[in-house]
Amino acid sequence: MSTGTLRGAAAIVGVADAVSPTGELDRRGRVLEAAMIAEALADAGLTLADVDGICCSGIATGIAEYLGIHPRFIEGTFVGGSGFEVHVEHAAAAIAAGLCEVVVGVYASTPRLDRRIGGGVPGASGPMGPDMMAAWEAPYGARVPMTSYALAASRHMAQYGTTSEQLAQIAVDARRWAAMNPRARYRDPLTVDDVLASPVIASPLHQLDCCLVTDGGGAYVLTTAERARDLARPPVYVLGAATASDHWIISQMPDLTTTSGTVSGPAAFAMAGVGTDDVDVLMGYDSFTITALLHLEDLGFCAKGEGGAFVQGGRLARDGALPTNTDGGGLSSNHPGMRGIFLVIEGVRQLRGECGPRQVQQCEVALCHGTGGMLGLRHSGVTMILGK
Amino acid sequence: MSEKTKYAKPLPRIDEESRGFWEACRRHELYVQRCRDCGAVRYYPRALCPSCLSDRTEWRRASGKGTVYTFTVTYQNQSAGFRDALPYVMAYVELEEGVRMLTNIIGCAPEDVRIGMLVEVTFDDVTAELTLPKFKPAS
Repeated sequence: MSTGTLRGAAAIVGVADAVSPTGELDRRGRVLEAAMIAEALADAGLTLADVDGICCSGIATGIAEYLGIHPRFIEGTFVGGSGFEVHVEHAAAAIAAGLCEVVVGVYASTPRLDRRIGGGVPGASGPMGPDMMAAWEAPYGARVPMTSYALAASRHMAQYGTTSEQLAQIAVDARRWAAMNPRARYRDPLTVDDVLASPVIASPLHQLDCCLVTDGGGAYVLTTAERARDLARPPVYVLGAATASDHWIISQMPDLTTTSGTVSGPAAFAMAGVGTDDVDVLMGYDSFTITALLHLEDLGFCAKGEGGAFVQGGRLARDGALPTNTDGGGLSSNHPGMRGIFLVIEGVRQLRGECGPRQVQQCEVALCHGTGGMLGLRHSGVTMILGK
Repeated sequence: MSEKTKYAKPLPRIDEESRGFWEACRRHELYVQRCRDCGAVRYYPRALCPSCLSDRTEWRRASGKGTVYTFTVTYQNQSAGFRDALPYVMAYVELEEGVRMLTNIIGCAPEDVRIGMLVEVTFDDVTAELTLPKFKPAS
């Protein structure tokens, strides 16, 4: 094993997800988590007996006990939506180091079902320590999550001349992808004018600049490159992965227009040995339109401040130069609270060529990038580069 | 019951690291911490300097003047205390001392707030025990 790199050591060999065009599922909690794991293992041609590692955002021993397994690798990093990219990175490192061979990662969250039938089943969440937001921001009316994104969008507009129309284009392109995904929550055509006509929630962000609230669950299976060659599906290798932790609350963020993708992105590209021009599909966490604009700049797809011009003309859409969030994204397909696992799952399916009408042709490299926790709260950036 | 006891918005919890800040606010003075070893000014207050980890800290009175780094006008918030205060302005104000704090801009119409505008601190005695520093357009 070479040091300092994970390139090609591990491969994702199975994926599964549960999302619905109604936005609501009929299973939740451990039941949904276990079902996702079973489906992802079946997809890989593996069984529970093969599993010796498990990842979730929280305390992994709970789901391990439920499944009756005793993994020797557990990973419960809880950093919000990008946690699932962290898990893949850490699991790949553990596999590369020989600590384990077959790792499953899982997520389930059903805010809509919980609201309807009550008795919510919260996902395991890690201890968060002193709540600095409650101490220094909530008294002024800060709302999770939109406040920090609105503050960033406001600053980006003033500093770089970015417009609401440009941000709206990101939502429009996500909807164009969603129209090709029968399981996406919203599939009707959307225009820039529709976005601008939706109510302003926190200026400058409109309702349609914000991601959805849906139910969802998913899982993936990761194993050694050697073992991956003989399994049911074509392996999707982890070529590059990097994490960058930034700040907990927004007053500690040095520049509201720059995310920690400026650190995780170059590190992941360097490990993978590819550049922005090599990326065939971008799965970038689009919690809000501004989030998607910032990671385009910070990962180097365009220069800082030029994201608005970059997205004009549909560059992120079906026939654009940088197909992005091909399932419809958090803006139009699904967003159960922490969407990171779905970025990995869609990336894997694009590389396997399984995406039907929304399949990107000659798809060799997928980049999955999570910003968060959130932009202004518990902020970290994680970049994952996957390839065949 | 006085109006003050009906205050419905969330209140910060005062602890040993933040007490000096909040006590100063009750006197209508804005204080920031400064490291006595490396000189770095910090906000929010904490026991160790995040630049050099020194615990030698002094409180410095801030000028109370700053500029709006960015802001947002909130139009939807149904939580107690805020639903009757819509729309309200949250801003990230950069103090002359170099630190930034999240706060509210009051004393002008939301549509008159601009990034880069000069503001000065004003104190809102929200309860008998607690005063929040907010900012208004500089006089």
